[in-house]
Amino acid sequence: MEEILLNKPGPEGKPTASYGVNKKIILLGNEAIVRGALESGVQFVSTYPGTPASEIGDTFFKLSQSGKYKGHFEFSTNEKVALEAGIGASFSGLKTLVAMKNFGTNVALDALIPFVYTGTKGPTVIISADDPSCHSSAQSEENTRGISYLAHIPTLEPSDSQECKDFVKLAFKISEKFKIPVMIRTTTRVAHQRMPVKLERLPKTAIPKGKFVKEPKRFVTMPPRVLEMKKELLEKIEKVKQFSEKSKINQICTGRTCVNSGIITSGVAFLYVMEALRELNLSLPVLKLGFFYPLPEEKIKNFIKNPAPASGAGRGLKKVLIVEELEPYLEKEIERLVYTGWREGWSPKLQIFGKSLIPEVGELKPEIVSSAIAKFTNKKYKFANFNLKFPILKRSPQLCPGCPYWLVFGAVKKAVDPKKVIFGGDIGCYMLAGLPPHFLQDYLSCMGSSIGIAHGIKKATSPASAIASAGKQKLITFIGDSTFFHAGIPALINTVFNQSNPLIIVMDNRTTAMTGHQPHPGAPLVPNGIKIEEIVRACGVKNIKIIDPINQEEFIRAVKKFLEKSEVSVIIATHPCIFVAPKNA
Amino acid sequence: MPKNLEKFNIVIVGTGGQGLITLLQIIAEAALFEGYEVRTSELHGLSQRGGSVEVHIRFGQKIYSPLVSQEKADLILGLEMQEALRGIYFANQKTKFLLNKQIILIPLVKNLTETEILKNLKKIGKVILIPAAETCQKEFNTNVVAGIYLISLASFKNLIPLKPNSISRAIKKIIPEKYLELNLKTFKLAKVY
Repeated sequence: MEEILLNKPGPEGKPTASYGVNKKIILLGNEAIVRGALESGVQFVSTYPGTPASEIGDTFFKLSQSGKYKGHFEFSTNEKVALEAGIGASFSGLKTLVAMKNFGTNVALDALIPFVYTGTKGPTVIISADDPSCHSSAQSEENTRGISYLAHIPTLEPSDSQECKDFVKLAFKISEKFKIPVMIRTTTRVAHQRMPVKLERLPKTAIPKGKFVKEPKRFVTMPPRVLEMKKELLEKIEKVKQFSEKSKINQICTGRTCVNSGIITSGVAFLYVMEALRELNLSLPVLKLGFFYPLPEEKIKNFIKNPAPASGAGRGLKKVLIVEELEPYLEKEIERLVYTGWREGWSPKLQIFGKSLIPEVGELKPEIVSSAIAKFTNKKYKFANFNLKFPILKRSPQLCPGCPYWLVFGAVKKAVDPKKVIFGGDIGCYMLAGLPPHFLQDYLSCMGSSIGIAHGIKKATSPASAIASAGKQKLITFIGDSTFFHAGIPALINTVFNQSNPLIIVMDNRTTAMTGHQPHPGAPLVPNGIKIEEIVRACGVKNIKIIDPINQEEFIRAVKKFLEKSEVSVIIATHPCIFVAPKNA
Repeated sequence: MPKNLEKFNIVIVGTGGQGLITLLQIIAEAALFEGYEVRTSELHGLSQRGGSVEVHIRFGQKIYSPLVSQEKADLILGLEMQEALRGIYFANQKTKFLLNKQIILIPLVKNLTETEILKNLKKIGKVILIPAAETCQKEFNTNVVAGIYLISLASFKNLIPLKPNSISRAIKKIIPEKYLELNLKTFKLAKVY
């Protein structure tokens, strides 16, 4: 932790001294993002925690708490609010970083698209972390690169911790130069990779003070101006593209022998490609793309025309393999470039391989890439595939021993026959309700949706004439305290406004537990957080109970009673997470 | 150890809460002390709530991938015996399994016995079974340091091409002050195994 702030140049041969510039220290990808932002002189940081992006916020939080980072840091209520806070800071001239996981970018999307139109004043970098294979993501295997096209946001893809730091610095420079926010898209194997990272100087920091200068032509998106803005944005993107064409982060790693076959890759897949080439004793030319959007199209064409410019005479590629994780965005773009090349008198006889050899579902692994490259080059790559006579047992994640959620699930099971009640799940530790021994989850989608979907189910299954009665299918939802603040409140209001009667259990454990125990509006570091019961009451809910689930009998009684109500009911199950310090409980 | 070590691949398997990431950090720092390139991979979040966990550490003169390839591990460190079977995916005939002799039961299913596990692992690689949890429990009244015991032992017994001195230096760097003494005692205990 201390090491991340090393800055003083020191004498050689003093390994533990506090020298820093040019020193290499081992950093997690997310820590390297923090270091990159610090080296860039970041002044405003906002985030909502989510794996695999959480350590960005956690690290800034610690630095901020200890007074070592002097700029603004906040855990915002949700990612949209975090980005909006960042937009305000940028409009006021501050250098701004906003970090979130992939799904958070969906939540923030409504604010993101107009922000790319208005552009930045203070340079702004947005981190979005994908999780191929869904190691820590329940709802979908999202490839956030699609958002780059949708929002026209320049996007960089680092492969490792060193690039995490370097690309953040570059992203701030691009943002400053072109007055546009820049997105950095990581994946789990980048964000949670460690390697030695070379440090550069940290600038002197002071408590930043922004100034908002009125410029409605710049900051107000309204027709007809908004269409002019779109035109300006597309012109800007064209300029960023020219920058991308020249940028060293799109680099050819040329093999010694050019054999008419080449590879184009990006992100962590690049590392698997290099490992595979060593493994297979091949030296193919590799084009590594650091820019995902806008793509350096001329550089890609030149690579296909002459993949080894250093080796003299240009011989074009006959075959190219595109190694990318998840959906084939690069492959489609490169196909377009090649198949429309005739328009400019270029008609390469090029075979393009991509998803025909590389899976579209699940993260890539070095052996998957090695196998694909072996097939691509007609080489052999075999596994022994030891065949075990018995299955390896699966050990599912579990609620911690002593977790208060055991008490909530236990009480609910005693109060109702789980077969006869519908259970709505949400995003947090309590989604383990879906696993043994609980089995209390009949649907699970995105943050806050347990309540929103509950309303729809109740309306669909209870005819209008029967709404006064409790309805036949009873429904209980589980939603955590941080998730409630994040996206549960509008859905709760909808149950009151449009009259449905689910029983909502807010699992108030006084922290954002699953992502590493970050504070939230109801459990801030200072006393007197926003009280969930006051919000619930203000939304118009009449049936409210706050119960510590340790009082099982009371909890069971409340569940039974509230399930008979014809209006929405809320039980706030308050009991701190076992990792929460007593002052917040 | 020879400095021309091209690469050394370690996979640690265990269950969430056994401190796999701390072990990863110690080995990575020790490798950096010795001048190697090093890359690691780990998982956070829900994936570590007591479920199966595996982390990867690779070091040597030139390392690209943070993940160990299928059947390419040099050393598989099993902090729990049933989890060690998960390591088979990374094992070849030369792979060494260094195992903590401990079975943490999986609820509601028929668990495997030590004999069954060893029989299968021995078909593939070399197995070294160490009563790490038991030894630490006896000596320190806690088995939380079983992993530290195993990686220390691995360096003393040349199962990992890093000097014991580098491991102890890395322990001092990574482990918080509060727990350092216990961890250094564990390191010393492994020397006399």
